[in-house]
Amino acid sequence: MLSIAATIATTLVCLSLILNLWRLFKGPSRPDRILALDTMYINSIALIILFGIFSATTLYFEAALLIAMLGFVSTAAMCKYILRGDLIE
Amino acid sequence: MEFWIELIVSVFLVTGAVFVFIGSLGLAKLPDFYTRLHAPTKATTLGMSCLLIASVVLVSFRGGYLSLHELLITLFLLITAPVTAHMLAKTAMHHKLDIVDRTSDKELAKKARERMAP
Repeated sequence: MLSIAATIATTLVCLSLILNLWRLFKGPSRPDRILALDTMYINSIALIILFGIFSATTLYFEAALLIAMLGFVSTAAMCKYILRGDLIE
Repeated sequence: MEFWIELIVSVFLVTGAVFVFIGSLGLAKLPDFYTRLHAPTKATTLGMSCLLIASVVLVSFRGGYLSLHELLITLFLLITAPVTAHMLAKTAMHHKLDIVDRTSDKELAKKARERMAP
């Protein structure tokens, strides 16, 4: 039962990554693209957690935490850049 | 592994994945940016919390010790998602993005658009 549930969850997360990629390419404005990237890194954390459940290790936890921290910092930096045109003023 | 642990983990996994999918579907289908902002910042955060709770339960029962370090990611996402949403909304206001016609209280939106960037 656990493997079936993990397969369903992985399929749904991959479908949502495809939807985010579609919004990233289509997005009419720049904040749309930044929001799509932000959602993509959160969904990739979900994918890494699911891969850790499949392979029965906790080795990938640090990778997920790194992606979470750097994703937040990069989103904040991109917002600041297109808001003010400069990062450090 | 006992049956009820598998049941709990499976229910949390499927619920979390469905919420993540609903968030991404809202990001792809909703009409304007300000409604699109709601879908990932709420639904995806809830879905990620469910997936990480499933991981906590599974790792705790597989290893025989209480494993709480996945809760770090949950806490981090719960803290950073509103900050990101606020910065994106401020950026969208500054770029004067379109608002869908059915939005109530458009006077307030117009007033907010005319203010200068901070």
